[in-house]
Amino acid sequence: MTVRDIISILNAEIIAGEDCCEQEIKTACGSDMMSDVLAYVKEQSVLLTGLINPQVVRTADMMDMICIIFVRGKMPEAGIIELATERGIALLRTNLGMFEACGLLYTNGLSGGVINE
Amino acid sequence: MSSSISLHFDVSGDDFTRAGEASTQVKKTLKKIGYDSDAIRRVAIAMYEGEINMVIHAGGGTADVEIYPDRVDIVLTDEGPGIEDVEKAMTAGFSTAPDNVRSLGFGAGMGLPNIEKYTDSMRIETEIGVGTKMFLSVNAGGSNS
Repeated sequence: MTVRDIISILNAEIIAGEDCCEQEIKTACGSDMMSDVLAYVKEQSVLLTGLINPQVVRTADMMDMICIIFVRGKMPEAGIIELATERGIALLRTNLGMFEACGLLYTNGLSGGVINE
Repeated sequence: MSSSISLHFDVSGDDFTRAGEASTQVKKTLKKIGYDSDAIRRVAIAMYEGEINMVIHAGGGTADVEIYPDRVDIVLTDEGPGIEDVEKAMTAGFSTAPDNVRSLGFGAGMGLPNIEKYTDSMRIETEIGVGTKMFLSVNAGGSNS
């Protein structure tokens, strides 16, 4: 699945990183707790979250993630978009809730990948 | 890389949204010199958690990073309140972070356990009312995940 596929599956809007659209994605994780992302994520390249602050982008950057999806229709402010653009991370937003967004991506073939215990 | 590279950062305690900038700089530097990618990731995560900790608990501090061909040493120094019970603070899930930090996605009590998980060595010197010094080391090509 590519970032472009995710946009279509989640009926999402792309707010940053349009040049990442053809990047291949195999795994994802969903969390509002950045500490948990830092603790357990290993190779997941997409983060679904309802949390909106610059630390979401920084966390994704530390984990070498490609794409952040903001659920529940949340819109990040300009500073967050700028930070993501600078780091080459794609930002998407969907009106779907966390459960539904994760469920759709999972049904369409994304997996949770390896959890770093 | 024949000798080591030294980096120094002041971590501001005023602005939580900027926490992580020093870690980002270190990550960039390591990438630029073609450092071991697993080590880069572990350094970035451990240092980021350390930075967040200094901002949440200690009103900021300093970070000194020494990059050697075979390892990266990080010293995080703050003049915060000190850690009352280090053993307890190392327990996953134990947190003294205020609620406003939790609403930012941190304060789950994973900071120190995470740092220990991603580094090859970790030592804490702390004194109540004086501050905390954390010595971290990450080996290049090490086995710690």
